[in-house]
Amino acid sequence: MTAPVLSVEALSVAFRTEHGDLTALDRIDLAVSPGEVVGLVGESGSGKSVTGLALMGLIDAPGRISGGAIRFEGRDLVGLPERDLRSLRGTRLAMIFQDPMTTLNPVLRVDTQMVEAIHAHERVSAAAARARAREALVRVGIPAPDERLRAYPHQLSGGMRQRIAIAIALLHRPALLIADEPTTALDVTIQAQILAEAQTLCAEMGTALVWITHDLAVVAGLADRICVMYAGRIVEEGPVAAVIEAPMHPYTAGLIGSSPSRNARGAPLTQIPGLAPSLGRRPPGCAFAPRCPSATPDCAEPPPVAALPGRTALCRHPLHGEVRA
Amino acid sequence: MTASSLPAGPVAARPQPVWRRHVRAFLRDPLALLGLAVLVLAGGAALLAPFIAPQNPYDLATLDIMDAGMPPGSQSFSGMTYWLGTDAQGRDMLSAIIYGLRVSLVVSLSATLIAVSVGASLGILAAHAGGRVDALLMRLVDLQLSFPAILIALILLASFGRGVDKVVIALVAVQWAYYARAIRSAALVERRRDYMEAARALALPTRSLIFRHLLPNCLSPVIVVATMQVAHAIALEATLSFLGVGVPVTEPSLGLLIKNGYDYLLSGKYWISTFPGIALVTVIVAINLVGDRLRDVLNPRLAA
Amino acid sequence: MLTYLFQRFGQALVTIAAMALLVFVGVYAIADPIDMLAAPDATADERAAIAARLGLDRPLPVQFATFAWNALHGDLGRSFVYNEPAVQVILQRLPATLELAFTALAIAVVVGLPLGLWAGLRPDSASGRAIMAGSILGFSLPNFWQGLMLVLVFAVTLGWLPAGGRGETVRVLGIETGLLTLDGLRHLVLPALNLALFKLAVVIRLARAGTREAMLQDFVRFARAKGLAPSRIVGVHVLKTILLPVITVIGLELGSMIAFAVVTETVFAWPGIGKLLIDSINRLDRPVVVAYLMLTVCLFIVINLVVDLIYAALDPRVRLSESEP
Repeated sequence: MTAPVLSVEALSVAFRTEHGDLTALDRIDLAVSPGEVVGLVGESGSGKSVTGLALMGLIDAPGRISGGAIRFEGRDLVGLPERDLRSLRGTRLAMIFQDPMTTLNPVLRVDTQMVEAIHAHERVSAAAARARAREALVRVGIPAPDERLRAYPHQLSGGMRQRIAIAIALLHRPALLIADEPTTALDVTIQAQILAEAQTLCAEMGTALVWITHDLAVVAGLADRICVMYAGRIVEEGPVAAVIEAPMHPYTAGLIGSSPSRNARGAPLTQIPGLAPSLGRRPPGCAFAPRCPSATPDCAEPPPVAALPGRTALCRHPLHGEVRA
Repeated sequence: MTASSLPAGPVAARPQPVWRRHVRAFLRDPLALLGLAVLVLAGGAALLAPFIAPQNPYDLATLDIMDAGMPPGSQSFSGMTYWLGTDAQGRDMLSAIIYGLRVSLVVSLSATLIAVSVGASLGILAAHAGGRVDALLMRLVDLQLSFPAILIALILLASFGRGVDKVVIALVAVQWAYYARAIRSAALVERRRDYMEAARALALPTRSLIFRHLLPNCLSPVIVVATMQVAHAIALEATLSFLGVGVPVTEPSLGLLIKNGYDYLLSGKYWISTFPGIALVTVIVAINLVGDRLRDVLNPRLAA
Repeated sequence: MLTYLFQRFGQALVTIAAMALLVFVGVYAIADPIDMLAAPDATADERAAIAARLGLDRPLPVQFATFAWNALHGDLGRSFVYNEPAVQVILQRLPATLELAFTALAIAVVVGLPLGLWAGLRPDSASGRAIMAGSILGFSLPNFWQGLMLVLVFAVTLGWLPAGGRGETVRVLGIETGLLTLDGLRHLVLPALNLALFKLAVVIRLARAGTREAMLQDFVRFARAKGLAPSRIVGVHVLKTILLPVITVIGLELGSMIAFAVVTETVFAWPGIGKLLIDSINRLDRPVVVAYLMLTVCLFIVINLVVDLIYAALDPRVRLSESEP
């Protein structure tokens, strides 16, 4: 097993508010190997987007990283000066966002936004930068790239814009690409195309991919491994096939039960009762306990780690596997 | 302030009336409190001008030309101290300012009151009548609001000539459209509310429907805005008087005092212009401080 | 679109006609200029002779008809004081006012944009708050008082700049301008600053609000994820986004600058059309007053019309909802 390109240890993020600190991320651990595709799954508010931003060093006040480490290519990004972080962003670490309508600046042409991304990190001539931008557009499958380069974002379709965003993110062949629900805002057919292309490109370049989504089905077809987030914690982690086949955490089981899939054709979808807790009101023990079918009174204590080979879950009563002593 | 003098005990047990909560919330802001204190002081001085001013600045018999242009703190022939100096006619500036404040406040307050009444009536009329009346009135409002206030006021004063009453008319003409529009849109919302349906169902006469039920509910948001508008009215009146098209020389407002002193400013007699200016600016800032706080307390939705 | 165009043109013409009537009746009906022009001891006959020469003895409707007919031919009467066509008197002084207004506009944009940007980037910092407090003062304090303070500080106390007048001018292409002489520029600084202060407050508010909004947009986040330097994000992405609305509003304000020049020109004895208006009102030079008001009103109507048409061309919804904003 190769050394991971990214290894997150006990990372916490807090937001300062009038009513005290709110914990958005609570001691999460995450490891990504070179070229690996990791799916980060959770409901909205579970902390998955905050995780992506924290990895990029893009948490803004009133938020801050309140603890833990982000080891990336041998360096800890937590506490790294902004200058050094900036030289990593776009080159070794890249990120694309949910809404392709808003990630490109509407008042700047596509070529401006691509060339500036090259010039931010490399001193090359304008002509050379433009040629690379064009090449990058061809690589993400955009027809008539010269015309697109001169276009403003609003002249392009949503799928086209997200392809351009991906092209920009991959300009410097990063070691890690964080994709924050990049297909959610797109049509289903376009979603599938973009997903496949992103996967192929990352495989070609050896770029590891962290794919953030609320849609388990997306991850199932794409990722090698999966991390399930709930209320700011990673509650289950393991190889994607094994997790979907035999989830350890009741929440994961609920997620699988409530998403339409091939296996359960004709069977009624189940629902997880209740709502995810808000940031401020988290029970001290297992956050899922109030909604959990297998909860017992001792779930009010902090949940222990349950394990199977290559898998872990934060649960006192795992559906599979054993609680570690 | 009156709240503290009420007897405690059984009163305290009852739920606080809304207004008292508002008063408490208002008093919590030290800047607003300062603004209020300044306004009370200025208003009191203006009201009691004849009794507290050291001199009647318009009684020529009390003026002594020998005292003309004396700097602040000078002693007059008769032993009186001119704390803020004297103007070119030997007039005590402190007295002139107190009387000027009186003119400024009377003009701007009455103009704002009239403008609110006119605007409210026309706004309610437009909302109630609808159709052509509404379209015509609102077109007029749009038209008027597309010109800067100072231009409208200049057109009117160029026609009317100077005069306290004429300045009031010009200020009303500048402001009414603003209130008419605000009241109309409030009325259009309010008339669809349940209490209006209920009042209509009771077959109350139209007059009572409008004045007892509709108007009071539309007025409250406008009151706060009107408070702030008094500051604008004071500033505009001062500007017009400074330009020499506002109040007549016999009844100088702060703006006219500043104009009169302007020529002497260049020769170093700063006090004739500067002190009335400071009074003007202080009052405007105080109104803004109070208005800001009022808006936050009474109508949190309006807070930016 | 064509119907809308005709409708708006029709409205503009009706407005101009209505304003003409209002201004004429207002100015001609109330005060009596013969009091000014005739010697104090003039006999009734002498007064009548003056009235007859100026056409003041005829009935008001006839006077208005003559006025309207002549106005349509570009003749707004002769100035009683200068004994020249009123339009000519105004046009002679127009360059001075335009010079002042455009310089003020430039100052407002050049100074206001960076200040607004800064306040928008750091809304909670001491400097950001100070800028906002300053703009509130600029907004609420009377313009003439600000002018007076400029005179007191920079002309009287420090003696750096002249307190009034236009200074030395040169004739370029038949137009007098003070922009090309050092003396002219020195005389321009204080009045232009004074006229700019009010608009400066507007620009600061617009730029601040625009910046705050832009900084929350996804494209800023994406630009940061690309590794762009903050200077590039603010100087290109944010600035370009807020520039369009600021420029639009400022363009609209040009008309009110010319109206407000009345105050500034009076404070600084600037020989433009604003000071001419005040002098003419005080001297009861009615043709000049009427000509000024008519020209300014027309200017406003043209500006409003052009803006409406541009908006209608850009946004089809405007045509549907006319009276409701």
